[in-house]
Amino acid sequence: MRPFDYHRATDLDDASGHLNASTQIIAGGTNLLDLMKLQVMTPQQLVDINRIDGLDRIEPEGEGLRIGALVPNSDLAGDERIRRNYPVLSRALLAGASGQLRNKATTGGNLLQRTRCPYFYETAMPCNKRDPGTGCAARGGATRMNAVLGVSEHCIAAHPSDMAVGMRVLGAEVEIRRADGSHTRKTLDELYSLPGERPDIETTLSPDDIITAVILPAPVAPSVQSYRKVRDRASYAFALVSVAAVVQVEGGKITRADLAFGGIASRPWRDPAVEAMLVGETPSIDLFRAAGKRLVAAAETQPGNAFKLPMVRRTLAGVLAEATGLSEPTTGTDNVGEIA
Amino acid sequence: MAERNPPQSVTLNVNGTSETLEVDTRVTLLDALRDHLNLTGTKKGCDHGQCGACTVMVNGRRINSCLTLAVMHEGDEITTIEGIGTPEAPSDMQRAFVTCDGFQCGYCTPGQVMSGTAVLEEFRQGWPSHVSKDLTGNADFNDEELAERMSGNLCRCSAYPGIRQAITSVATKTKEAAE
Ligand SMILES: Cc1cc2nc3c(=O)[nH]c(=O)nc-3n(C[C@H](O)[C@H](O)[C@H](O)COP(=O)(O)OP(=O)(O)OC[C@H]3O[C@@H](n4cnc5c(N)ncnc54)[C@H](O)[C@@H]3O)c2cc1C
Ligand code: FES
Ligand code: FES
Repeated sequence: MRPFDYHRATDLDDASGHLNASTQIIAGGTNLLDLMKLQVMTPQQLVDINRIDGLDRIEPEGEGLRIGALVPNSDLAGDERIRRNYPVLSRALLAGASGQLRNKATTGGNLLQRTRCPYFYETAMPCNKRDPGTGCAARGGATRMNAVLGVSEHCIAAHPSDMAVGMRVLGAEVEIRRADGSHTRKTLDELYSLPGERPDIETTLSPDDIITAVILPAPVAPSVQSYRKVRDRASYAFALVSVAAVVQVEGGKITRADLAFGGIASRPWRDPAVEAMLVGETPSIDLFRAAGKRLVAAAETQPGNAFKLPMVRRTLAGVLAEATGLSEPTTGTDNVGEIA
Repeated sequence: MAERNPPQSVTLNVNGTSETLEVDTRVTLLDALRDHLNLTGTKKGCDHGQCGACTVMVNGRRINSCLTLAVMHEGDEITTIEGIGTPEAPSDMQRAFVTCDGFQCGYCTPGQVMSGTAVLEEFRQGWPSHVSKDLTGNADFNDEELAERMSGNLCRCSAYPGIRQAITSVATKTKEAAE
């Protein structure tokens, strides 16, 4: 690690006063320290936000919930309200990392964790995300963990978070505190930038912005919710493909089909055209296959990740079959009852 | 940029003893335990959160001590394998690892024992896992649940059957004692 200064922030004002382009917030530290050890990230100062009061609570907000930025992944996954009313989020969290890591990883840090593209991690290789303008070594390289949607000529890195896919399907918003003390909210689509010409710019946040919370809207009830993750080993591995779904069926027709995807895109992915194809229709495997085809119509594959196209189509069809009652639900598919 | 920054002072409560250290800001909790406090029971496998050899308890919860900085833990209660039991008075979990042959080389063992101890507490508190069938109820203790919950601890010798047997034997004993 390169030498750095350490500042333990006492409150949000104190923290934002120390934030600039050469400093970094440290929350759980499970992603940042990993990258600092490899000198992929070399901040001159760390601003520790862990002792700031009030960021570690889950509280009601309207009909939804406000999840503080420091709530650990374990606590969020285990929260009784999340398990009952937003099971897709519990499932996404529990599918990520390990028990030890989830105890330390925070809600804010999980959203802003960086890609697992092996070339981003290897400082001897070119990478436009790490060193703008050096090129992309992933193209023509090992691309098993890379994206096929939302990619650009300059970068094919995938967003690695499971939690963010669960948040994305639920329509969560991120609460951000600006340096002037004002607050603003962004959907995840507004938070995450597409790589384009500048894959090093991953979000629309300024260096002195602080994520203070994630807001979940009212639960979708009744609904069937599902998170399915496909990976190289049964646990403790990043997603090759993941599918999150919140589905409602009434009178034999699909009335809601919110879908989000992980492992395949530069940011947690949602495709309104695919959802629109399903709503109003009678559930059938043919319909689900057609939706999968539509999802990957604009995909750009590499020889090492073309397998993700059939994999995500099949995973989507399997998830939708369970969520609409065409097949028996398996572990990972949960019912949300009417809210009392 | 400075070659190094001045050491910072941090007070940790390790296995019940208050310890004040002067450390470079880069020192991880793992290196502070091993190199500054000479508590070498906690192991360094990968140093990147990928193996679980460095598992310790902080304020009662298991974490990877390689991915956290010592200076972040001012006032925290740290429990290492040395605080779990001694050769003369091993904990139930430590004894079960010996009885069930829960290791070969032993390098991953301190981390496995820490995680195994924490997993039983997580079960007791009703935490769900990725393989829990029903998220709203409390998960049953079974081999599939145990394997999932222990997946953050790798064993290069693949002593997994013995490790699972050891933890299961403690879980069964605790359950019987409670009944
Ligand atoms: C071996 C291993 C396996 C893993 N497997 C998975 C997996 O399968 N699925 C998965 O989803 N994840 C996985 N992870 C990643 C893990 O989920 C992340 O490391 C973790 O969620 C990051 O959270 P943190 O609080 O530790 O973030 P930190 O490391 O503290 O921070 C990450 C980034 O977010 C910024 N940041 C943090 N909090 C805020 C805030 N409030 N406001 C503004 N900026 C902030 C930091 O400056 C930093 O740039 C794995 C990690 C490891 C090491
Ligand atoms: S040494 Fe910490 S997880 Fe491997
Ligand atoms: S006993 Fe050798 S690594 Fe586990």
